[in-house]
Amino acid sequence: MAMRISDVVRSRDMRPADEAADLQAGPPIVEADDFSVFYGSTEAVCGVTLGIPAGKVTAVIGPSGCGKSTFLRAINRMNDLIPSCRTTGKLMLEGQDLYEPGLDVVTLRRTVGMVFQKPNPFPKSVFDNVAYGPRIHGSHSRQELSEVVEGSLRRAALWEEVKDRLSDNALSLSGGQQQRLCIARALAVDPDIVLMDEPASALDPRSTARIEDLIGELRGHYTIIIVTHNMQQAARVSDMTAFLYEGRLVECGPTARLFTKPREQETEDYITGRFG
Amino acid sequence: MHLGTRKVLDRSFAGLGIFSVVLMSAALLVLLGPIFVRGLGAFVFRATVEHHRFILEHFGRGDRRQVQGRIAAARQSREPLYDMIARHEDELWQSFRAIADRHKAEAAVYEMIESREPDLPRALRAARYSLTEDGRHGRDALDALEQRWEVFEELREKVRVLLGPLPGEQFALLRKQYGQTRWGRAQVKLHDLLYDYDYDYSDPNQMGRKVYVPRVEQFEGTAVEPLFAYAEDNLHAMLLPRWTFYWRFLFDESFDAHFFGGIWPAVLGTLYLTVGTMLIAGPTGIIAAAYLAEYARQTWRVSLIRTCISTLAGVPSIVFGLFGLAFFVNTLHVSDSRSVLAGALTLAVLVLPTVIRASEEAIRAVPQTYKEAALSLGATKWRTTFTVVLPAALPGVLTSIIISMGRAAGETAPIIFTAAVSLGKPLKLWQTLSQPTPALPWNIYNLATEHEAVDEIRHVQYGMVLTLIVMVLALNVTAIILRARISRKLRG
Repeated sequence: MAMRISDVVRSRDMRPADEAADLQAGPPIVEADDFSVFYGSTEAVCGVTLGIPAGKVTAVIGPSGCGKSTFLRAINRMNDLIPSCRTTGKLMLEGQDLYEPGLDVVTLRRTVGMVFQKPNPFPKSVFDNVAYGPRIHGSHSRQELSEVVEGSLRRAALWEEVKDRLSDNALSLSGGQQQRLCIARALAVDPDIVLMDEPASALDPRSTARIEDLIGELRGHYTIIIVTHNMQQAARVSDMTAFLYEGRLVECGPTARLFTKPREQETEDYITGRFG
Repeated sequence: MHLGTRKVLDRSFAGLGIFSVVLMSAALLVLLGPIFVRGLGAFVFRATVEHHRFILEHFGRGDRRQVQGRIAAARQSREPLYDMIARHEDELWQSFRAIADRHKAEAAVYEMIESREPDLPRALRAARYSLTEDGRHGRDALDALEQRWEVFEELREKVRVLLGPLPGEQFALLRKQYGQTRWGRAQVKLHDLLYDYDYDYSDPNQMGRKVYVPRVEQFEGTAVEPLFAYAEDNLHAMLLPRWTFYWRFLFDESFDAHFFGGIWPAVLGTLYLTVGTMLIAGPTGIIAAAYLAEYARQTWRVSLIRTCISTLAGVPSIVFGLFGLAFFVNTLHVSDSRSVLAGALTLAVLVLPTVIRASEEAIRAVPQTYKEAALSLGATKWRTTFTVVLPAALPGVLTSIIISMGRAAGETAPIIFTAAVSLGKPLKLWQTLSQPTPALPWNIYNLATEHEAVDEIRHVQYGMVLTLIVMVLALNVTAIILRARISRKLRG
């Protein structure tokens, strides 16, 4: 990886100005307003204010422990699993406050899918893995399920590899295949947003490249928010990048601009590798 | 530490380990070997013609003509023996007549002698007045004759035990209708016939020593004197033993307090109790484990509950038995008295702690990532628990349940007061709600200690032990196989 990040950005052949204009087009789909997350008395995300554009790939970068995963998990309320976790401020999805009492978490998670750091397919067949979401949302006809499974696997670029082994255990797939299976599983419930928490960090370079290609293909169909500490990956796949440091949002902007002309000193230090 | 010292320590530790493993295996062999050999004796043994007669008459099984042929052959060999007995009885009546003659008995006495009514001891008692009054001194002779009768009657009893009723006799009790069914027991009974025992008190410093006296000495010069030699030489011909594989021992009902038949009521009772226990303890235990692992917050109350569960696992099983009696039978009245249901409930309480603890461990061992994946797809918590967590924990949960089944199958104390009886018919399914049942562990205890004729039914006891051990072993092997298969399926 000798390429400099600015080269990576340039190699995508996008003009920063266009992109910036593009980003401002629609209203943001996810909007954080002075949003903070606490674990007990520790503030993991501090007063983040941020808008994430619909249909784009947004990368959240930052050094380990900066709160980027916490922020991501706040969007589909996966932090609820941690008993000591609480939030202040506002986090809105299409104008709906996600932390309003009485919000249906099940519906929310159906709209906001998630892919995790380590591939985590269920110890079931490939088919049952992808069909899990549709099934719990009440779809049971075999034909309907088959269509959804095939469609999702195709979109996750896995269909050709697994179409003959749909009844095999998902754990017999390779790591990269497993991760794409997890993406297919997330896509099967037809979400608007897909959250990806370092989706390639446990994979080898080839599988990583495939995942990144896949993200490129999904761009436009879904709003993708990807957490990564691999800056080159952020530069390669995202339209917009947010840089978090110690829980604070340091800078947020079009990827090309952020990596080439960072406005903040901290951002520049981070992307040039002076810390983190 | 020096390299040399370390090596020596290492090796001695390994040696010690191997030694203990070998010791364990040897102990296991020493323990299981006799159990298997003796237990097999209940199924495979030299059955006499009496056994086949019983099977034919009570179950209608066996080749009728062949069995009847053998019965006839055996009868023929017994004929001389029965002859001797009849002749000796004649001799005794003759002696009675001689006494009557000598002491000028009244006509009534001769009437009894002619008609042989009533039997000799009663006739002797009836004649006593007539032969001892008015200066007639027949008492000593009568006493001596009565003595001879008693000895003779003892001999006849030994013959009955060995060969069944004497010609013309009828008994109501089943065990008196047949001779020895097993060749091994027959030989013991032959010894009883051949030898009387006495105690030798000649050394005042020692307890009386048991000495065997040939019974033939009591009958010198009588018609039964040759009986003993005849019995010894012709036992085989009189009982016609042949090797038999009585596999129906497992599935036959038991007759006359286990003297005959098999152990099916006890086997079935144990199956009912075991399955019933698991039907109650399985779902409850799994749900409790899922609650403790997935739902309960880690508060001091939950810790207290967990501690209580662990403590319960260590409570002696007899306490559970008494609890079951007090709670399920006397307080809740699940049945009027002991019943399979009450026993299964008690056993369920007994195994619940184990099921809960092991299942909880298994559920906790399910990777958090599975749960996250399910939740992120919009599954509710219970849906996640039932469709993802429990299936993934299944090997551990199943193992705990099957091992608990083994425990439930083998427990004696909890069912003594709640479910078990010594004798009974095999129950129908609906009867389990209200009726008690024989069960292997209880019957083993019962046969070993409380049975009226422990020595006569040892083989039943051994057969039960073997059956129970094989059942528990089979359950454990099932657990291992099931676990392996499911794990393989889960691993992919």
